[in-house]
Amino acid sequence: MRKPLATWLLLALPLAGIAAGAVVSGRYAGLPGGVFKSVLRYEDAKNGVRIKPFALMRKPVTNGEFLAFVKRHPQWQRGRTPAVFAEARYLSHWAGPDTLGANALPDRPVVWVSWFAADAYCQSLDARLPTWNEWEYAAAADETRRDARKDPVWRERILSWYARSSKDALPRVGLQSPNVYGVQDLHGLIWEWTQDASSLMVDSDNRNQGDPDKGKFCGAGALSMDDRENYAVMMRVAMLSSLEGRDATANLGFRCARSAP
Amino acid sequence: MNIAINTTMNTTKNTTLHTWVRTVAAGLLIGFAGLAGAVQPTTTALPGDSVYQLPLPLTDSAGTTRDWRNLRGKARVVSMFYTHCQYICPLIVESGKAVERQLTPAQQKRLGVVLISMDPARDTPAALMKVVEQRKLDPARWVLASPRQEDVRAVAGVLGIRFRQLADGGFNHSSMLILLDADGRILARTEQVGSQPDPEFVRAVRQATGG
Repeated sequence: MRKPLATWLLLALPLAGIAAGAVVSGRYAGLPGGVFKSVLRYEDAKNGVRIKPFALMRKPVTNGEFLAFVKRHPQWQRGRTPAVFAEARYLSHWAGPDTLGANALPDRPVVWVSWFAADAYCQSLDARLPTWNEWEYAAAADETRRDARKDPVWRERILSWYARSSKDALPRVGLQSPNVYGVQDLHGLIWEWTQDASSLMVDSDNRNQGDPDKGKFCGAGALSMDDRENYAVMMRVAMLSSLEGRDATANLGFRCARSAP
Repeated sequence: MNIAINTTMNTTKNTTLHTWVRTVAAGLLIGFAGLAGAVQPTTTALPGDSVYQLPLPLTDSAGTTRDWRNLRGKARVVSMFYTHCQYICPLIVESGKAVERQLTPAQQKRLGVVLISMDPARDTPAALMKVVEQRKLDPARWVLASPRQEDVRAVAGVLGIRFRQLADGGFNHSSMLILLDADGRILARTEQVGSQPDPEFVRAVRQATGG
C-alpha cells in the first residue's frame, strides 16, 4: 500500500502541464523524463541514462517537518533509534528528542539525519528518496535551462558555495530562486541523501581509477567520473560514496521523490 | 488505509497486486514467526547495534519465509550475492566454505553461513536451491535466501555492502564476508574472497564459535 491512487493523481496533473501547484500541496514539482548524461561514467549506459518522469520536493525537508515525523513515529526519536540505523550524532543539534531549539530553527533544512531515517521519513509520505540520477538530473538545471552544466558561470556559482565555511548557521530553505522545474536549493544549501547512495562505488583512491579489476567491487568495477570539470557534482558523489547508511553529518539532509505512474 | 483504492488500481496493474499480496503474506508469516519466537529462549531485547533491528522477511531455498531474526542465537558469516553472477559470486560461496574448513567440527556446528540475494526478482527458491545443490552446501549450516525487493537496499545498508544494478540486470557490488555474533552485532568483516581466507577474519570466527 505504498502508492495510493492519490499519488498518481498528484503526479499526473503537473506532468500534464496543468498548473496544479495547489493540488500537489505545493510540496512537489513534476519533472519530465529524458535521457541524461551523468557525471558518472556508467559502462553499462554509455549513451546516457533514461530518467522516467518523477516528482521531487521543491525544498529540502526542514527541522519542523522532521519534528512532526518523529512525533508521529517516536521510534525515530534521537535516543530511541537503534544505533544500526543512526549513529550517535543523529539529530544531535536539536535541543531535545522532540524539541528543536535555537540551533535547529523549524524553517532550516534538517541535517544530522541518517539514510535510514531519511528513507523512513519519505516512506511515511508514500514517497521515496530520489535516485542519484534523478537528483543529478534535477540539479543540472538552472532558472531557465534544463541542462546548464556546460556554462562556466553556472559552475562558478555552484562552486562558490563549497568554498564557504560550513561552520556558519544554515539559511532557511527556499531562499534561492527555483530552477526551471520549480525545485529549489539543490545547490548552495546542504548535501542530500539519495536512495542509492550505497551504489556510488567510486573508489576514493585515484590510483585505482585505471584498474577497476583491482578494486573491491564485483562485476564491472567501480564507477569513475566522466566529467572531471564538474567538481561540484563530483564532490557530492565522493561524499556520498564515503558514507554508510547510519552516518549523519552537519550538512547532510534530504528531500523526497515520487515515481510517476 | 487505502485497501479499496489499491484493489481498484491493481486490476490494471497486476504486478502491484502481486507485490501487495506478497507483502501481506510475508506479514502474516512474520506474525507466525513472532509467535513461535515467543517460546524460544532468546527473549532479551536486541542490542541497538544489531543488524536484526531491521525487520527483514527472507524467503529461503526451501520456499520458507521467515524474518531474519530467526537467525539469532548463533554466530553467522553473512554476505550478499546473486545467482546469475558468473565470476565473483561463486568465489563468495567458496570463501564461506574456506572459512568453514579452518574450523573444528565443533566450531563448524556453532557457525551458520547466510547468503542474501540482491536480486530477488530472479533468485526464487528454485534458483537458490540450484546453488545449494550444485555447490553441495549443507542445509544445516547454510542459508541462501532472498529479501523482498523493497528491502534490498536496507539490508545492504545495515551490512555495509554497496551495490549497483547494471543495465544488463547484473550487479556491481562489494564482495565482503561479515561476521555477526549471536545477537547480530558485526564483529569482523573481510573483503578478501576466494579459497585463501583472511587469517584475521578466521581468527575472529574461531573466537566467535568458542575458541
